[in-house]
Amino acid sequence: MKDIKLSRRRFIVGTAAAGGGLAVGIRMPLGLRAAEAQGTAAAAEVNAWVVVKPDDTCVIRIARSEMGQGTRTGLAQLVAEELECDWKKVATESITPGQNLARERVWGEMATGGSRGIRTSHDYVRRGGAAARMMLLQAAADEWKVPVAEVSVADGVITHAGTGRRTTYGKVAAAAAKLTPPDLKSIKLRDPKEWKIAGKPMKRLDTADKLDGSKVFAIDVKLPGMLHAAIKACPVFGGKLVSYDEAKISGRPGVRRVVKVNDSTIAVVADTWWRARSALEALPIVWDEGPGASQSSATIGKHLEEGLAAKDVYAFRNEGDAIAAIQGAAKKVEAVYGTPFLAHATMEPMNCTVKLSAERAECWVATQNSEASLAALSEQSGVPLAKCEVYRHDLGGGFGRRGGNQDYVRQAVNIAKHFPDVPVKMIWSREEDMGHDFYRPISQCKLAAGLDDKGALVGLHVRISGQSINAFVNPALVTNGQDARQLQGYTDKPGDAQLGYTVPSLLIEYVMRNTHVPVGPWRGVNTNQNAVYMECFIEEVARAAGADSLEFRRALMSKHPKHLAVLNAAAAKGDWGKPLPAGVHRGIAQFMGYGSYSAAIAEVSVSGEGKVKVHRMVLALDCGHAVNPDQIAAQVEGSVAYGLSAALYGECTVQNGRMTELNFDRYQLLRLAEMPKVETVIVPSHDFWGGVGEPTISVVTPAVLNAIFAATGKPVRTLPLKNVTLV
Amino acid sequence: MAKLNINGRVRDVQVEADTPLLWVIREQIGLTGTKYGCGVAQCGACSVHINDQVVRTCVLPVGSVKATDRIVTIEGLSATGSHPVQKAWAALDVPQCGYCQSGQIMAASALLKRKPKPTDHDIDDAMTNICRCGTYQRIREAVHMAAGRKQA
Ligand code: FES
Ligand code: FES
Repeated sequence: MKDIKLSRRRFIVGTAAAGGGLAVGIRMPLGLRAAEAQGTAAAAEVNAWVVVKPDDTCVIRIARSEMGQGTRTGLAQLVAEELECDWKKVATESITPGQNLARERVWGEMATGGSRGIRTSHDYVRRGGAAARMMLLQAAADEWKVPVAEVSVADGVITHAGTGRRTTYGKVAAAAAKLTPPDLKSIKLRDPKEWKIAGKPMKRLDTADKLDGSKVFAIDVKLPGMLHAAIKACPVFGGKLVSYDEAKISGRPGVRRVVKVNDSTIAVVADTWWRARSALEALPIVWDEGPGASQSSATIGKHLEEGLAAKDVYAFRNEGDAIAAIQGAAKKVEAVYGTPFLAHATMEPMNCTVKLSAERAECWVATQNSEASLAALSEQSGVPLAKCEVYRHDLGGGFGRRGGNQDYVRQAVNIAKHFPDVPVKMIWSREEDMGHDFYRPISQCKLAAGLDDKGALVGLHVRISGQSINAFVNPALVTNGQDARQLQGYTDKPGDAQLGYTVPSLLIEYVMRNTHVPVGPWRGVNTNQNAVYMECFIEEVARAAGADSLEFRRALMSKHPKHLAVLNAAAAKGDWGKPLPAGVHRGIAQFMGYGSYSAAIAEVSVSGEGKVKVHRMVLALDCGHAVNPDQIAAQVEGSVAYGLSAALYGECTVQNGRMTELNFDRYQLLRLAEMPKVETVIVPSHDFWGGVGEPTISVVTPAVLNAIFAATGKPVRTLPLKNVTLV
Repeated sequence: MAKLNINGRVRDVQVEADTPLLWVIREQIGLTGTKYGCGVAQCGACSVHINDQVVRTCVLPVGSVKATDRIVTIEGLSATGSHPVQKAWAALDVPQCGYCQSGQIMAASALLKRKPKPTDHDIDDAMTNICRCGTYQRIREAVHMAAGRKQA
């Protein structure tokens, strides 16, 4: 280890230095909170990632957002692994985007989406932990005047073998903080096979305050003098606000005023949210619904259908001559599939609190991208970035809804502009949340396959006609309708979302057919629809070939050993081929996304009345390094619930240009009684870093649909199942 | 004007009688552990106990609550987070985002009061709250654990 010299002054962070806003992000043992309250603890920032308190508590800084997926705990495990501190004394602290900006993004990217929270930051956070360890050891060696090579550490206790001297991180942290940090790039990280904290099923660090009501979500923020806003946008996407009659509500208790938020949106501000909401409901509003009002699910369906037969299309993969191979095949299989728009329906509705002063803009918000929140706050308020701050709260669900768009931050700023120096909390009703989402895009898919006389697949043609997320989010990303993102999971490029099959002749096409409905990423994004199309159709083809569903897939996967290993793991744990109770049937599926490989086996029965019951699901996942196996299992379990909600019930239908499912009475979600027994198999692999939050959702629906096919003998080609007559 | 007995304390609140109890608890009383999820009695995020029964407060006008009704919110379930349901929830790391969990815990604790040894069927019937993160498998296991028995 190279010597670390005494250097320029490092940041010494006292407890107050964190600022009032940061306190909301701090999760610490109770004893520590008490010490802080008394102002007794002076903590030393060893480096950006690690702050050590005199009582040996190691506060690990977290830059990514926590929305339930366990990233806070996983990142802390990675830092602690290299830091070699006592895991029982680890606390975490959420840094703010303003702090990140002020320190030249020392914490790197903060955006949390695409299952990237850990897989794109594991390297630098581990280096941060290792560098802190080296500085702490150096400080002890300096104090003892011995070479640093002679000191060692375990659980945050430093020892010198020669003299038997001992000290702890808390005692040397202040000295360590003054040392020059080591060259980060030259640090040798631990071999993951030797991990002691990372890779282990550690308990989450952020559970306690979720059990007693004390956790402060953004919707719970309380500030002195705060006002409350209820908001309504034109129910038809693209429509505009024409007029409203404020006099009709001005006498109501607590109501301050009506605010025009933007061209299409209005809000009522009152002393409580319920009063604001009730007044908004009573407010007469005239909308110009615009051309979108003529749209419906039927017109959108026609628009997509037309794309299935269109001439000028984007050929994403064109290998061999698939059309000719299918035409000349001994047996042909054809099908058309479709999947609807879906809403995210995070349990915590969209909300945001903003306070604007002449010199400063502040916002309290649940966000997957707090730097985008900061940028939106600055842009919308006109206050320079350096004078803006975002106090981020853990999200009551994200699933892609709270990412780059930041529509709710912009709205809250526009409302707060009318109340200088007063914090205003805007909360969306559930109806607003369901009616103004960025929905999972709608699509249809036409597939054709050819089998030779031995039942081998000789050609496959896949054509997707549907809406493009990129075209909505950033049209510059899409030229001539060539949007590869809509074909997620079908690429031949390894590493991220590779198709696991090799087909002699393959044609995959995309036909962009956009609508007036706003779209965006939804947990698993396009792997969801694309896995249904591919895996349910492969099932149809396997049955046409008279082959076993597993064997038929295996025959196409010899060039994709990682995909195959995961499929095999699911099949083994899921008892593929073994007898089942009467009336229960199995289905299988595999797919890749977010750098990880997934496969599922579903055990399903269909009653005489056509009611589906999913009894058991086995999911196998190879995500490479598995940072917390128990939290990976939790994500897999959650993905089953999210996936089954979509399969059984999920649809957002358009009538007169607006969404019709505006609450959970019509947008049913899976409940406990319908939750199958879920078994997670983590396929051990130590040669890459894959995502966890999203990959497995893609295989849930196709495995269930394939089991229904096994039960009824009929393929299911449209979703949700509530609309499909099965028997 | 209403008189409410919340977590053992009697409080006077100035509010319109048709205000849902949920919003009185959150806004007038200032206890924010009880959540808003749907406002139409579908999700259970707003669940509290009234006289030991679990109640969805988003559709309950405060005017219909009597001063003698004992209201217990998540904050009042136990003084130190030591209710068997809270302990089981911690032991199994049930919460993901946590937003629905106040309601889940209130529903589970009311169930156990009524049925100290619930079957899976009892749990299916009583635990109808929505968890969008999908923590249902662990909720079921934790209810059994809190009842002092291993999962069936
Ligand atoms: S908020 Fe009351 S049941 Fe959903
Ligand atoms: S834990 Fe997130 S909604 Fe239940």
